[in-house]
Amino acid sequence: MQARALAPEEHFVETEPYYEATGDEIAIFEAAYRNKLPVLLKGPTGCGKTRFMEYMAWRIKRPLITVSCHDDLTASDLVGRFLVKGGETVWVDGPLARSVRAGAICYLDEIVEARKDTMVVIHPLADDRRVLPMEKLGTLLEANQDFCLAISYNPGYQSVLKDLKQSTRQRFVALEFDYPAAELERKIVARESGVDSALAENLVKFAHMTRNLKGSGLEEGASTRLLVHAAKLIASGVEPVSACRSAIAQAITDDGEMLAAMRELSSSLF
Amino acid sequence: MADNGFQLSAEHIEQALEQWLEVEFTFLHVAELAASIAALPRPDQDFLLGWVQRIATTNIQIAHQFARHAIAGLAQLDHHVIGAWALHAMDTYDRAGLRPAIKAIKDLDNFVEFAHERVAGVLFEEIGGILLTFICGLSGRRLKLKEGETVHTDSETLFLPAVVARMQKADDNFALAKAMAAFLWAQTRFGTFRADLPTALAAYPDPEKALRHFHALETLRLDACIGRELPGLFREMARLRAELGEIQPLPKAWQRYTRELTAVGATVFDSLRLLDDAYRGEVPPPVCYQGELRPDAVASILSARKEREKILLRVKLAQLVQELRKQKPESPARPSRFEAKPGQEEQAAPERLELTLDDMPIAPPEDVRQLLTSIQLDLGEIPPDYLTPADPGEYDPGLYETKHADPDDVWQGTYHEEGATFYPEWDFGRQHYRKNWCVMREKDVPPVYDDFVPDTLRKHSGLVKHLRRTFEALRDENRLLKREPSGDEVDIDALVEALADARDGSEMSDRLFMRTQRSERNIAVMFMVDMSGSTKGWINDAERESLILLCESLETLGDRYAIYGFSGITRKRCELYRIKRIDEPYSGEVKARISGIRPQEYTRMGFAIRHLTHLLTEIEARTKLLITLSDGKPDDYHDGYRGKYGIEDTRKALQEAQRSGIHPFCVTIDQEARDYLPHLYGAVNYTVVDDVKKLPLKITEIYRRLTLN
Repeated sequence: MQARALAPEEHFVETEPYYEATGDEIAIFEAAYRNKLPVLLKGPTGCGKTRFMEYMAWRIKRPLITVSCHDDLTASDLVGRFLVKGGETVWVDGPLARSVRAGAICYLDEIVEARKDTMVVIHPLADDRRVLPMEKLGTLLEANQDFCLAISYNPGYQSVLKDLKQSTRQRFVALEFDYPAAELERKIVARESGVDSALAENLVKFAHMTRNLKGSGLEEGASTRLLVHAAKLIASGVEPVSACRSAIAQAITDDGEMLAAMRELSSSLF
Repeated sequence: MADNGFQLSAEHIEQALEQWLEVEFTFLHVAELAASIAALPRPDQDFLLGWVQRIATTNIQIAHQFARHAIAGLAQLDHHVIGAWALHAMDTYDRAGLRPAIKAIKDLDNFVEFAHERVAGVLFEEIGGILLTFICGLSGRRLKLKEGETVHTDSETLFLPAVVARMQKADDNFALAKAMAAFLWAQTRFGTFRADLPTALAAYPDPEKALRHFHALETLRLDACIGRELPGLFREMARLRAELGEIQPLPKAWQRYTRELTAVGATVFDSLRLLDDAYRGEVPPPVCYQGELRPDAVASILSARKEREKILLRVKLAQLVQELRKQKPESPARPSRFEAKPGQEEQAAPERLELTLDDMPIAPPEDVRQLLTSIQLDLGEIPPDYLTPADPGEYDPGLYETKHADPDDVWQGTYHEEGATFYPEWDFGRQHYRKNWCVMREKDVPPVYDDFVPDTLRKHSGLVKHLRRTFEALRDENRLLKREPSGDEVDIDALVEALADARDGSEMSDRLFMRTQRSERNIAVMFMVDMSGSTKGWINDAERESLILLCESLETLGDRYAIYGFSGITRKRCELYRIKRIDEPYSGEVKARISGIRPQEYTRMGFAIRHLTHLLTEIEARTKLLITLSDGKPDDYHDGYRGKYGIEDTRKALQEAQRSGIHPFCVTIDQEARDYLPHLYGAVNYTVVDDVKKLPLKITEIYRRLTLN
């Protein structure tokens, strides 16, 4: 595929992304969208939250604007700011303002990473007012009827600093995501990477082993995404044990002893 | 031993031994010993004498016995294993005394089973961590891993020997240890103990023999289970057996047993059924990783666990129902019915059990899930009566809650170590830790509600005001940065200037924006206060005053902090006094506890540093400080902590703290501290306060400087 530059609000998902529903999340999302309710996706990293958003964007045929939040993300980064061009100041919309104007889906990934004061700018958008106050312009932007706000959040990091405020979370319809059940996960890994089903099953077993280690040395077990990475490596001819090491073990920890134990676990399986 | 490369002479060795073994008092005969050591090559001499010297600091008799036995051992074992054996003997001495330790020394042959030539063994100490993680990763009950005399399990703990040295190469020995651990895991995972083994085996004329045959049958079955579940590991296990020449054709009858027991779905009851027939024939030789089967050790643990887990599950389910009711108050108040069904898959792993409440699937919390797994492993299913939520008051909470023993009770009754936390201690003579050496307990300082706090605040009222102002200035503040290359807003001043520049023909700056920068203090600090007897009097007063002022300042600042006092008498009674926990607000009770700080006994420091380090590592903060307030050197009553031993242990504990990302700092009033503190804390991480009365002022100032980025 050739690289091409698009304005964010022109980014439509054109081909159907591969997504396996684990419950009634599609129906709930659609109902929330029809009722103009914002959506909160909860779940560990790499379990399919972003893929779900792409899939829903394709289904409801709206452009998808994704913002990955980081701890330096300010309100201006979302709403917009004045820039200087040839001695004049020019207003430039941020991704949130663009979505609100164009009626796109704005997906704020890992919202808790953003600064606390940033989160409050989405509040008026996330209740029945559906407006975006643009302080610096002195205007109030009413949302396009097709606009949709979605945020994601990983409750796994048990830290006071990384918790979502009640005033924020109580505005959203929450969808809980988790790693898919073993059978479904096997299907996903096989389908995404092209490895055979027996190998995918072993990879899923390995993932369960690492998830058993959560809390005893690991912050998080291997995600479905990592399994797909490992499976892709194996499909290209890498030995399964090395693939597990490079694509999974090294990705989730730096601890030498933990890496050694994970090597033993993977070599037990393959 | 300066003359490197040459063998040491017998006289030279004898002299050294006489000195280390204190021959003058112990009258040990070392001449013969010295002569045999003199015959060894130099590297062996250095190795052996090094250990004798180290062991002698612990006990001279052990050192002497070690020297005698190690000479023979050197022919069989590599240095690594002999070192482990020496440490094992010293651990035994610490734990059980001289006699068992001497026995451990003499048991070299038992210590290393099957070692015939220099082998590269692996030590439990080195591989235990990896294997525990490995076992944790496998499905099933959370198991523990411990060092034991033989390879066996009581269904909650797996026991592995101190050394595995049956194979030639270290890698293979590790593989063997892993195979042993996995095989024991398989016993718990695939239901070997689901049958009532003691009763079943007692029905045979020779229960010992029956156990051996049963073990062999189970080994066939479990091998097949491992082969299905962990094919890679199974291949490795087969390779080990092949290398040891253990793979031999089985007797005819046993070939038939193999066919039956390797079938999918074979259970322990199939093994018991076949035992009738197998009992009459010969038993095949044991497999290298099978270890021992101890039905008696399992039985007692099993019955206690079944009872406890049933109660625990029913209580937790009742709590679960209550929580769900709270979320959905409209749901009917009729009794709830739980069901646990295995997942759809064949031979479903226990964790795929599906829990439903009134036919609605629910996701059980982690602790309930683990209980369900454990019960299913014991019983093969979750019986319906386990799934009835307990009625309120049906069980005495004492039955299922872990009891917190009152630390003081321990001293009133017969001595025991229940409920205490153990910490190792560094023995510099041995150059190794003494395991589980310090018996540590946390206690509360009894609050004293008197006028100490208001008096202190009145006495230092000027200082308190000054401190508040100083510390307020340190607080989180948002700074507006001007003339930045990017930012939230246009910096009009900069823009005007830049435009003027442009008109002028000079270069236009691109720093035209303003940005707010938030500086976040993310500090957790632990104050470790000396409560030894020597602080009696005005030092104690100064300490308490300092703590009050510190708290006042830190409250302004918003840093998270905890205060613990430490004291103790001998290693058996190491005490940490809680004054303020990290998440506790600075309440009236905390103030009363500060007021209630009284001098106690001695200054054993290592355990306190280790425990507070442990507490700090569990807190998430960018900067972690451990600040010690002390009046002198580490010291303790009558067990050699005084002097170099205590200093070296404290130093080691501080190094451990530093390795976990904690900055230790010491404030002392000991005028001689300059002699030893640089060795402990490093040249810059301590302050000596000359005048005790100035301590309250100094310590806040020190804190301010320390945390100023």
